[in-house]
Formats: sequence, structure tokens, C-alpha cells
Amino acid sequence: MIKNEFFIDYSRCIGCEACVQACGECDTHRGVSLIHLETIERRDSVQTAPQVCMHCEDPICAQVCPADAIKKTPDGVVQSSLKPRCIGCSNCVVSCPFGVPKYQIDVDQMMKCDMCYDRTSVGKKPMCATVCPSGALTFTTMQDIQRTRQGVPVNEWKFGAEVVHTKVYVMVPPEMTRVDIGLIQIQTTAAALPSDPYDVALMLES
Amino acid sequence: MWGLLATVSLIGGIYIGSRGLRDFDPALVSYAGATLFAAFGLAYRFSMWLRRPPTRLYWYRGWQIFTKRGSLGKNLAHLFEIFMSNFIFQRFIERRSHMRWTAHWFLAWGCLLAGAITFPLSFGWIHFETATSSQEIYRAFLFGIPVGQFPVHSVIAELAFNALDIAAMMVLIGVFTALWRRGRDHGAMAVQQFADDLMPLILLFAICVTGLFLTASTHLMHGLHYTFLSQLHAVTVIVTLVYLPFGKFFHIFQRPAQLGVDFYKRAGKEGEQAVCIRCGNEYGSRMQMDDMKRLQAALNIHYQLKDGSHYQDICPKCRRKNLALTQDSMWKTLVEKGEGS
Ligand code: SF4
Ligand code: SF4
Repeated sequence: MIKNEFFIDYSRCIGCEACVQACGECDTHRGVSLIHLETIERRDSVQTAPQVCMHCEDPICAQVCPADAIKKTPDGVVQSSLKPRCIGCSNCVVSCPFGVPKYQIDVDQMMKCDMCYDRTSVGKKPMCATVCPSGALTFTTMQDIQRTRQGVPVNEWKFGAEVVHTKVYVMVPPEMTRVDIGLIQIQTTAAALPSDPYDVALMLES
Repeated sequence: MWGLLATVSLIGGIYIGSRGLRDFDPALVSYAGATLFAAFGLAYRFSMWLRRPPTRLYWYRGWQIFTKRGSLGKNLAHLFEIFMSNFIFQRFIERRSHMRWTAHWFLAWGCLLAGAITFPLSFGWIHFETATSSQEIYRAFLFGIPVGQFPVHSVIAELAFNALDIAAMMVLIGVFTALWRRGRDHGAMAVQQFADDLMPLILLFAICVTGLFLTASTHLMHGLHYTFLSQLHAVTVIVTLVYLPFGKFFHIFQRPAQLGVDFYKRAGKEGEQAVCIRCGNEYGSRMQMDDMKRLQAALNIHYQLKDGSHYQDICPKCRRKNLALTQDSMWKTLVEKGEGS
């Protein structure tokens, strides 16, 4: 059987929020949207980017969890916290290199993307990738992505000295094999700009 | 070592509590034996669990904050409050769904009631005798000390002798509600596993049904097949006791950690807050971020960035933005090199 993989291409995102809506329809966490959609630098651009769980090979979220509440399925999907175990400490929230888990205050638990396990475990596409109109989130075969995109998919990341391998791929320029993360500062800080009490972008940012 | 210690302590407790085994009921020896095995397994697994660096961190921090000088009184009051809400009423489960809460509440309290009766009984810590003066009076003993008496035909007697049936009915309500939910909720169906999620329900169901059969055999069928049924019931209980440390039931012993985390979070809120080095916003307690750095060092996670900053000092939101910007900058570098299309 040809295997589908998940590919993320931040630069294709048009900020339509279809993924945000679709995520809330997922049966494993109905009514709660877990995907992140960030506006990158609201004052300067309309750039947005989605973030799903990258399903790390050796998930840091699980390593730092005191309750042993985060488990990986045999097919490499890192599940949301096990409800009887999660004690809501947020270690995973503040340690995940991709900023994925969400602490849900009402139920005192962490919840995160589980790649729509109810769907992907039976061969269907995840909700977000099904509705994404721009291909920022794509669930398809390796051959298909190589045929249709300029970039190449990679799944190796470096955060400082920490190398992380993920099940989800990101599209990068050809010949690159890894994403090296350094801190990219905010270009225009609020302090550098004249204060404007009606600056909606700034209000939304904070 | 902790496993052995727990087993030896329990043997000591049984010996002393049953007054040198004088009150020990030999018919219940298999239950006591399985409980000893469960105690060993539980203590062993608990000690292994505590050896994990993140668990150990919260264990020490939780106790440290709880017993901090000058705050003990306040902490005890808060402990009572969260104990009532999280343990007695299990409100956090209710907020997930009413059906899940109904199932869990009946299962939990049915099991606790049954456990509160059967463990002391099988250890010989409580026993009942008819009074020497009258066959119509029952006397209850705790650790060999008489603690009360009641007429055989009274409401108290009915409750006392049918308490296990009441517990079984509670557990059965819980089992059926849980099965109903698990059979209809597509999300639960996708992630549930037989050994972890269904097996415990099947075991509890088996205990309850065989237990209720014993009552039925006694009261309705003149003791028909009583010996066989009691052996069958013993098998179901023993299998569950043996399963206790390894399966889902272990969460009963793990869960109180939530109380420690509650104290940790409160102390974190009252203390200094961590500020993101990218956006300048607060995103958690300084204490937790510092603890995370120590924890990551213990786990061989190396988040120090090339520019000397630490990835832990960037808030999750900025991490996500940073990822997209990094991808951008990769394409930008390519374009600047003149290699892009
Ligand atoms: S991306 Fe974050 S939440 Fe997802 S598996 Fe990796 S560490 Fe865990
Ligand atoms: S919030 Fe839950 S899943 Fe996350 S680290 Fe804490 S206990 Fe584990």
C-alpha cells in the first residue's frame, strides 16, 4: 500500500482558518480546535502559519511528562495526553520545541493534535489537510509531493544542540537536509514604533 | 526493594491487625495472598515511576512547597478543598463530559466501597460475631476491639451485609455507562485499546456478576452451586488484584500527583514570572522554566542556542512563529545566493 505522509509548508498559508474550523470537528477532540494558526508579524505583514503536532520520533513532550501520559502508537503518531494520567502540569506545553500542546484549563489537561487518529488510522486524511486550500498542510505520498513542489521535504530539525526527527515533513529549498533553528527576533518592536492607541495590530498581538 | 518493603509491612499489618492471625479467616487466604502480590507490584511500579526525572522533580517540589514553613495551615485548607473537588466529586471529569463523569464516579465509588470492606475483612482486621447473650445481636470488631453491635434484623444489618451488593450495583452502573460511551464515541473508539481500556471494565463486570450470583445463590436458590460460584468469584478478584499494578488501575495511585502539581502551580503564580526573550510577554512561572532547564539537562536535552540564548526562554507562541520565519529565511538565503527560481 502506498503510504501517505504529512507535509507542512508554512509559506503557502493564506490564513483562511479553514484548518482551525476543521480541527474542531475532529472526533477525538470534538469541539476543541487544537491546531495553531499564527500571525507572524501583524504590524508588517499578513503572513500566517499553521502548526500541527510534528509527531517526533523521540517526543520531548513525553520525556518531560511526569505522569507518563503521552504515548506513541506503533505507526508513529504521538497521542494526546491519556486522560486518566495527565495531571495538567504543562511541562509538555513549555518544552515542546514546536510549541504544540495546549493546556486546557477547564479540564485541567493537556490536549494536542493526534493527526486525527480516528481518520488516519483507517486511511483517511486528517481534517486540516483535507480542507487546506493552499497546500500549506498536505497529506499525500512522497512521490506526489516531490512531483508537484519546488522544495524538498525534510524531517530533521536542530534546536541548539538538540536534533529532533519528526514524522511530519516540512518543505525546504532543494539540497537542504535539516532545519537549523536560531532565534529570529521581531523586526519591529512595539517600543521602536511611535505609540498609537488605535493600533489594532498591536492590540491583537498582545 | 520498595516492593519487598511494602509486602513485608502488609504481612506485619495483617499479623498484628488480626491479633496474631486469631481473627484471620482462612477461607479468605487466597484474597490476602493476591493482595500481597498486588502490594509488591504497586510499590515496585510506584518506585520505578518516581525514578523518572520529571516525576521525581514534582514529587520533591510538591512536598517542599506543601510543607514550607508558615504555609502548612493554608496548604492543608487548600488540600481539603481540592480533595473534595477532585477526589470526592471529581469535578474535572464532569467538565469533560457528563457521561464520562457518571461512569467514572460510580466505578470509583463502587470500587472504593468494595475495597474498604473486603481488604480489612480478608486481612482479619474486621470481623463479626453473634453476641454470646443473644443470637439476634451481631457484634462488629475492628482489630479485635468491639466497635458496635446491631440486631440481625435491622436496617444497619441489611446495609452491612448487602454493602458489597450495593457496591457491585454501583460498579455495574459505571461499567455499562462506560461501555455505552465507548461504543458510541467515535473518538474514543479510535484510540481505545483492548488491554488498557476494555479489559478493566470486563474484569470489574466479572467480579460484580459473580459476586451478585453468590447473593442470588444464597437467598434465591438455597445455595445452589455456591462453592463453584465462590471459587469463580475468587478467580475474578485475584486476576484483578494481580492486574492492578500493571494496567489502567495504576492511575488510582498515580493520580494524587495532581494535588502536588496544584500546589506547584499556585506557588509558581505567586512567584516571579518568566518573560519570553522574543516578545517580552509572560508565559509561565520562572520556577517552572528553571526546573525545565534542570530537567532537560538530566534528560540530555540540549536547548542552548548558538547565540548563547536558551530555547526554553522563548514562549511557545514565539517558537511557532520562529519556525515559519526560519523556513522563510532558508528560501531567502537561496534567493540571495541567486540559486532560487
Ligand atoms: S511536536 Fe511537540 S507535541 Fe508533537 S510529538 Fe513533538 S514534542 Fe510532542
Ligand atoms: S500536562 Fe499532562 S501530558 Fe503534559 S507533561 Fe503534564 S502530565 Fe504530562
